[in-house]
Amino acid sequence: MPSITFTQPDGTAQRLEVEQGTTLMRAAVSNGIDGIVGECGGQAMCATCHVYIRPEYADALPELGADEDEMLDCTAAERTERSRLGCQISTGASLPEIIVDIPAGQV
Amino acid sequence: MSVVIIGGGQSALQVADSLRGNGYTEQITIVADEAGLPYQRPPLSKDFLSPQGTPKPLPLRGENFFSQKSINLLDGVSAIDIDRPNRQVALSNGNSLGYTHLVLATGARNRLIECPGSKLDGVHSLRTLDDVQDLHAALPAAKNVVVVGAGFIGLEFAAAARAHDCHVTVLEFAARPMARALSEPMSQWFAQAHRDLGVELRLNEGIERFEAAGGGEVMAAVSSTGQRYPADLVLVGVGVLPNVALAENAGLETSNGIVVDQCLRTSDPSIFASGDCANFPNVHSPGRTRLESVQNATDQARHLAGSILGDESPYADLPWFWSTQGPYRLQIAGLSQAGDDTLVLGDPRTAKFSVLCFRGEALAAVESVNLPADHLAARKLIGAGTRITRAEAEEAGFALKNRARVIAGAV
Repeated sequence: MPSITFTQPDGTAQRLEVEQGTTLMRAAVSNGIDGIVGECGGQAMCATCHVYIRPEYADALPELGADEDEMLDCTAAERTERSRLGCQISTGASLPEIIVDIPAGQV
Repeated sequence: MSVVIIGGGQSALQVADSLRGNGYTEQITIVADEAGLPYQRPPLSKDFLSPQGTPKPLPLRGENFFSQKSINLLDGVSAIDIDRPNRQVALSNGNSLGYTHLVLATGARNRLIECPGSKLDGVHSLRTLDDVQDLHAALPAAKNVVVVGAGFIGLEFAAAARAHDCHVTVLEFAARPMARALSEPMSQWFAQAHRDLGVELRLNEGIERFEAAGGGEVMAAVSSTGQRYPADLVLVGVGVLPNVALAENAGLETSNGIVVDQCLRTSDPSIFASGDCANFPNVHSPGRTRLESVQNATDQARHLAGSILGDESPYADLPWFWSTQGPYRLQIAGLSQAGDDTLVLGDPRTAKFSVLCFRGEALAAVESVNLPADHLAARKLIGAGTRITRAEAEEAGFALKNRARVIAGAV
């Protein structure tokens, strides 16, 4: 099973095993990971599932879409080159594991 | 000390979450009438109904959220009466709950149409996960779909049914689609866009009756102009009504929703209301408003949690909305109104453009199609109270995004 590790700003990490194709946002929200909101239900409309992807996984990610790119300009915490929306990234064959950092705020 | 929250939607859960986030340590109980873990509604009428979609609920919060935050979730339980003098809520399971503060986040229910045949098999509505699972099961075999109402839900569903290759007819009583929410130019653009997707959009035409086939299932819809449309699947999407019965029976003031003040307090200072059911003084449009949106539900909930904890500041967040209809992402910042002066920015033929709505010489709302940059810039600009005139927006090279950057730079 693919795994996702969410690291909180204070350094605590939680590792989840999820079904193939699960988005980071769905995994976080379904498992009560603090700091991921996903207010719009995964429509890339609210920018409240902002995560920082660890650089070693950057190559395995789907390309940044135009809509996601624009939404990332609107995140509550600072956007960096590691910023993505959790609703746009799914685990799967090309991404069997990933570690992400959760920003300090989403709203 | 204890807070009781009635409702199982975005607003109810956000109030509980924000109370804990703000350091409230006393008892919190959520009374939700739908059984199961409360879930997100926006995907129900969008992704879930696409041919690739699976109606797998996305919870609003995970199961462990409730235990971790010591929030008591009573699901499948309804509140049936509020005893205000004794501060008690009577529940459908025979128990009652005492409260120091009570939150009514009771939401809204679908408006029903009363016409011959409206209860036939095959006549659906769309609000709950059960509704969507029924529609998801029925769509692949459906040939002729009739949608009553060209609002957000009706048109989101119409686009999904077209993606299933159904023949789709939409009946709308008004002269243009989404008339309550959209400016004239944007509304007209969507009318054409849906026709180009193959939807038969019938305006100025309401529903008269449904006709049944031999087995008692719907076979046709007859419109107010006497036209008869074959139908093996009907969706009725004619808006919602706020759930105010509990408030009304408790003697709270109601008028198109539960009437609240700028702190989201009802006429009883220990009872609050937020989300779809709340009628509030809106600083972004004249008079009072009741809004049905995720933004309104969650932003009001955050504010309401503050009000319970003694913050007296007025709720003033800018309303925003979205709808996904086939390939078109519609995003709205602010509230447009009849009589607004409109200006189209960008080329509508490319399906990437915005309609700017001016009121009293200043920008009041922006409706965008497939242009999240315009939408986000508009949220920042209007939210910050930036004055943008029509003359400024008409200047060559004007872009909302650049204007928002100037603001950000200035701050």
